[in-house]
Amino acid sequence: MSDSDSKTVDKKRRRMLIGATAAVGAVGTAAFAAPLLISWMPSARAKAAGAPVEVNISKIEPGQLVRVIWRGKPVWLIKRSKETLADLPSNNNLLADPDSNVEAQQPVYAKNTDRSIKPEMLVLIGICTHLGCSPTYRPELAAADMGASWKGGFYCPCHGSKFDLAGRVYKNVPAPTNLIVPPHFYKSDDVILVGEDGGAV
Amino acid sequence: MARTTEATGILGWIDERFPLLETWKAHMSEYYAPKNFNAWYYFGVLAMLVLVIQIVSGIFLTMHYKPDAELAFASVEYIMRDVPGGWFIRYMHSTGASAFFLVVYFHMFRGLMYGSYKGKRELIWLIGMVIYLALMAEAFMGYLLPWGQMSFWGAQVIINLFQTVPLIGDTLSLWIRGDFVISDPTLNRLFAFHVAAVPLILVALVFVHIVALHAVGSNNPDGIEIKKLKNEKGIPLDGVPFHPYYTVHDIPAIVVFLAVFFAIIFFAPEMGGYFLEFANFEPANPLKTPEHIAPVWYFTPFYTVLRAVTLSPFMGTLAMFGAIIMLFLLPWLDRNPIKSWRYRNTAHMLNLAIFAAIFIILGYLGVKAVTPEYKEMGVRMTEIYFLFFAVIFAHSNSAKPSRYLIWFLVLAGAVLVIDLIRYNPEDAANAEQVVWQWIWPIGYLAITLLLPFFLKSFNAEKAVPERVTS
Repeated sequence: MSDSDSKTVDKKRRRMLIGATAAVGAVGTAAFAAPLLISWMPSARAKAAGAPVEVNISKIEPGQLVRVIWRGKPVWLIKRSKETLADLPSNNNLLADPDSNVEAQQPVYAKNTDRSIKPEMLVLIGICTHLGCSPTYRPELAAADMGASWKGGFYCPCHGSKFDLAGRVYKNVPAPTNLIVPPHFYKSDDVILVGEDGGAV
Repeated sequence: MARTTEATGILGWIDERFPLLETWKAHMSEYYAPKNFNAWYYFGVLAMLVLVIQIVSGIFLTMHYKPDAELAFASVEYIMRDVPGGWFIRYMHSTGASAFFLVVYFHMFRGLMYGSYKGKRELIWLIGMVIYLALMAEAFMGYLLPWGQMSFWGAQVIINLFQTVPLIGDTLSLWIRGDFVISDPTLNRLFAFHVAAVPLILVALVFVHIVALHAVGSNNPDGIEIKKLKNEKGIPLDGVPFHPYYTVHDIPAIVVFLAVFFAIIFFAPEMGGYFLEFANFEPANPLKTPEHIAPVWYFTPFYTVLRAVTLSPFMGTLAMFGAIIMLFLLPWLDRNPIKSWRYRNTAHMLNLAIFAAIFIILGYLGVKAVTPEYKEMGVRMTEIYFLFFAVIFAHSNSAKPSRYLIWFLVLAGAVLVIDLIRYNPEDAANAEQVVWQWIWPIGYLAITLLLPFFLKSFNAEKAVPERVTS
């Protein structure tokens, strides 16, 4: 006794009406979902917090690492000794990208052997390129747990990624690319502004 | 049009308006469960018990907790020190999280042993796996709420997993976080999920899980369908009514469970850093990752898989989620008509036992720092984890043992190809490990595939009895 058995039902029309109702319903659902989903993007307040940071580097000792916050992320400033700089090329065979060929990882003015503007001063974003942990600074030579060939660098405690003292990533570790050198420039000999190029690009 | 009912009084009044007796009978007093359940069958009811504990303790924690990056850490300390009985409620909730995974892992292994995903029970298994996924999401989100160091950096790692997705990764992780770093908006939205959205889904899924189970009927340690043999009233010969038999039968198990549960709450709520990690007693600091970071124990097997695959971060993420997805596919991989491992060949029993051991070893490696030995072992155990699914498929048909040899050659060949890609003689420490730890996956394949190929006794399946035993 159901309606669909009856010859009086126009099935084509019924199917069309069901389809049209479903389509309007889908549009309505999407219209309802859109503001909910968009509400997850960073708020105006979150976007506003991201200004460049000024750092005075005159008091940094050789081998010392100084942390500052830029856009909520740790930025490291490390003064490297002459010995450290001389050791860097000896790591090349163990590294995934010794020549910094991945362009997104540093501004053009830091695509060089030591990945810096002035060789002794290394500026890095202290966030592992694997899953965002902050690696540990391990400057000591041939540290027992890092192996005899260790020339100093960074070790990520989360997943064991290793980087040398130019932030270059080792082969066969989870992190795929070198640590990021943020845009920065020297306002004077003693002051670095992290977050802007100063027109250097 | 009143419903007809045998009940009178208030019960009768209700039953005329709501199918109360019918529901009670269908799921309790006239739901016939196999009479041969053993101790492994306690974990389902224990999981429900823990769900109730989590919901009740969670509601009361919400009354004192502040989901705000500035206030969260202090509000948890406030619960621990100043709220009367607050420490007890929080320790119930934190111990409950670990207890939940413990009983669920036993519950899942029970399913593996007795083939409980077979015989029209695929959907029960799939719903169960979705419950497991929801449980993992719930646990992860809850772990962020105390806003300690481990909360923060654990969430950093998990949310950055989405950043590894090609093309849309950056936008996706930004969208999830609601900021450029994990911060207040992230905490707030995960709180909303943890206390409202996911619990609702969990409860609904548990309901559906049981409805599906009661429609098909419970499996048992013999893997025999009890509905095949019924008496003249249509009652399975090997079935007993769930109530009162199993309701009463489960009470001692619940008592033992609660005794252990409360002993942990009173005497070892941190469980030596495994239930509550020590780094989480420090407030979140976005500038400094703790020296040693590991997830809570129940995530560590998958964490090791993530660390083991170093091809690219996205491949690592895929491998980790793949390790979970593979479990979903079990009903279609294990095609052997015999359900219970009691009647399967010895090679299959060894395969399941090794899989359980590998899962525990993966979990152990996940809490350890990465050394060349442990790193390589993580890779090898990950290989065995995935090989298990191929081997269980190979064991589907024991009538053709010659196929075991072919499977052995194919799988061992795959392991060797991966080794050749990974081998780098310049990296001496790792190269040495690659060479000698080759023994693990090959040994595993030899035990599960070569043994039944060469020795008939390891391939012999036993006859499944008509009626359940003991």
